[in-house]
Amino acid sequence: MDIYRAHVLVCGGTGCSSSGSATLIERFNEKIKENGLDKEVKVIRTGCFGLCEAGPVVIVYPEGTFYSRVKPENVDEIVTEHLLKGRKVEHLVYTDHATHEQDATKSLEDIGFYKHQMRIALRNCGVIDPENIDEYLAMDGYKALEKVLTKMTREEVIDEVLKSGLRGRGGGGFPTGLKWKFTYNSVADQKYVACNADEGDPGAFMDRSILEGDPHSVLEAMAIAGYAIGASQGYIYVRAEYPIAVKRLTVALNQAREYGLLGENIFGTGFNFDIHIRLGAGAFVCGEETALMHSIEGKRGEPTVRPPFPAVKGLFAKPTMLNNVETYANIPQIILKGSQWFSSIGTEKSKGTKVFALGGKINNTGLVEVPMGTTLRTIIYEIGGGCPNGKKFKAVQTGGPSGGCLPESLLDTPVDYDNLIAAGSMMGSGGMIVMDEDNCMVDIARFYLDFIVDESCGQCTPCRVGTKRMLEILNRIVEGKGKEGDIEKLEELAQTIKSTSLCALGQTAPNPILSTLKFFRDEYEAHIKEKRCPAHHCKALLQYYITDKCRGCTACARVCPGGAISGEIKKQHVIDQDKCLKCGACMEKCKFGAIIKK
Amino acid sequence: MDQSKEKFAQLQELIDSHKNQPGALMPVLQGAQGIFGCVSEDVQKAIAEGLGITLSEVYGVATFYAQFSLHPKGKYLISVCLGTACYVKGSQRVLDKLAEVLEIPVGGTTADGKFTLEATRCLGACGLAPVMMINGEVYGRLTPDVIPGIIEKYKARD
Repeated sequence: MDIYRAHVLVCGGTGCSSSGSATLIERFNEKIKENGLDKEVKVIRTGCFGLCEAGPVVIVYPEGTFYSRVKPENVDEIVTEHLLKGRKVEHLVYTDHATHEQDATKSLEDIGFYKHQMRIALRNCGVIDPENIDEYLAMDGYKALEKVLTKMTREEVIDEVLKSGLRGRGGGGFPTGLKWKFTYNSVADQKYVACNADEGDPGAFMDRSILEGDPHSVLEAMAIAGYAIGASQGYIYVRAEYPIAVKRLTVALNQAREYGLLGENIFGTGFNFDIHIRLGAGAFVCGEETALMHSIEGKRGEPTVRPPFPAVKGLFAKPTMLNNVETYANIPQIILKGSQWFSSIGTEKSKGTKVFALGGKINNTGLVEVPMGTTLRTIIYEIGGGCPNGKKFKAVQTGGPSGGCLPESLLDTPVDYDNLIAAGSMMGSGGMIVMDEDNCMVDIARFYLDFIVDESCGQCTPCRVGTKRMLEILNRIVEGKGKEGDIEKLEELAQTIKSTSLCALGQTAPNPILSTLKFFRDEYEAHIKEKRCPAHHCKALLQYYITDKCRGCTACARVCPGGAISGEIKKQHVIDQDKCLKCGACMEKCKFGAIIKK
Repeated sequence: MDQSKEKFAQLQELIDSHKNQPGALMPVLQGAQGIFGCVSEDVQKAIAEGLGITLSEVYGVATFYAQFSLHPKGKYLISVCLGTACYVKGSQRVLDKLAEVLEIPVGGTTADGKFTLEATRCLGACGLAPVMMINGEVYGRLTPDVIPGIIEKYKARD
């Protein structure tokens, strides 16, 4: 293996790829060659670093210098200054939102965003080239598989997972070891291991990042699970909307087969295991386990009643063990470092770490992994850097369409499965969307319900019809046509849908409404009784006005699509409320902050 | 006509390669969507015959999943992300603006067959919210006022 004096790591995750990291890699390689450094410096495309907000992200080792929002034209400077002359390019160094510090001497671990994190599932993301199995092997890759195949009995493996206290990271939080044990106990000629990579929660992208940044960790864990439960075949069901993840999984699968780490007689132990990839086709409900299996079988992705549980009768009517991507990514580490190590992290009933996708009105959008029990406040303020533009925090949404919105007063809640449920939300797959004072909570509830109505498979009545009725009421409220009694009707429908729906999609669908009703009831009441949207968001309930800050520049009048603004040059303009479309174009155009909405 | 023959030959190849696999219908439909740009009735019939299943079964699956469309889409597919992170950052206004500029409703295709406008669920580029994708090219940190310029660029193309 060639030795290089420096490594340039460029993020190749979806976020950074979207902002042009592929061009950066090309440019780096070109410039490095031009300067005769190609024997000394190596450019590596890695998986996601997590800090998507600062993308495209480039890290130069051995110093660990963290460059953010790097543009192709900056590459020359990094090469000629940093790589050639050893001088860091100060103006490109990442600025810490929390401290406003731009410190070139700080390495990754010292930056506020990373300081509170602990990376187990994401351990290799942003560290290795996901398309090169040798790099995974250098990070102890496939050692856990070797250990279980050569030194552990099947029962010992299951016992280790059980004792670790690992719970399902897809949202349900069911003890992983128990699932393994149940499937192990089922007797059948064929069993299956399956991986749920149908990450459908809007605003959650941790599974995608693991598949893109460290696909082998999932393959290795599935093989370990196959050995433990007695399966020779695995399926990964991954969203078709994740093309990079699918590509890297395919590359990883082929490399693992080539190295004899998947296939027949693995490590000469007589154990056979192989994995197929199946693509989803854009149906949220397929994240539900029975629906997912029907989809792999080539059917409509409709859930069926449990029992029988998949551990008894799953894919192709055979016992099947289905885990989520992040759950699997923890397994090799648990096997290598032991259950005791893993269970020493986290809270009493939630062990280990959890990956969250921070998004919405927050400075550091991105992916973070923290020990269970970290408070929401630490995640949002110390890691996330708080709300941008000095806006006031209003709520944080966790658990996607099945979860809820938590207010400021609950920010000191230590995050784990049970605390979040007690607070009126849930862990879910780990989406964490921050909302500020400009977000209307009634509209957010409406947004989630709209999602559910769209994604309900239509099989059972409470979910198909009930959520539709709820959406009608919410639409009415945000349009200013809410009636006395609407809140009570929403609550009644919510309870009925929760208790009578067939699958978890319906059973949890009312959660966003219930939690916003619990914590932001005053906003609902303002919409219904006062016909007022406190966040000035709902179009039907607000009007635009031009204040005396207007200089009469006519910019607003020219941009108004409805011709609603009139006035003489250099004199204050006025908006004709009858003609106003409330599109907000004038407010965006005004340079003087003269247009307000209320 | 030849082109269509060629496509059906491709479809037949696809069917043959999946024929005896369990759960073959999904990968075949996905392949067909890629070959034809949609799964029209003719295509569904060919799949049903090829896999030895009923047309109703094919139709049931094809209409269940959002990825399959029964009608052809425009040359440029514009998908505006309505995932939560994008929504709280104003992607609805971006979508509204696109509908206004293209003069089509969401889900519609322009009369010249050039553009189809869709709302999509999380594209996973939450760091760049609000985001839209035009035939795989991602546009991030959008505001309604940059939309007309982007559309003009595509209108000028073939």
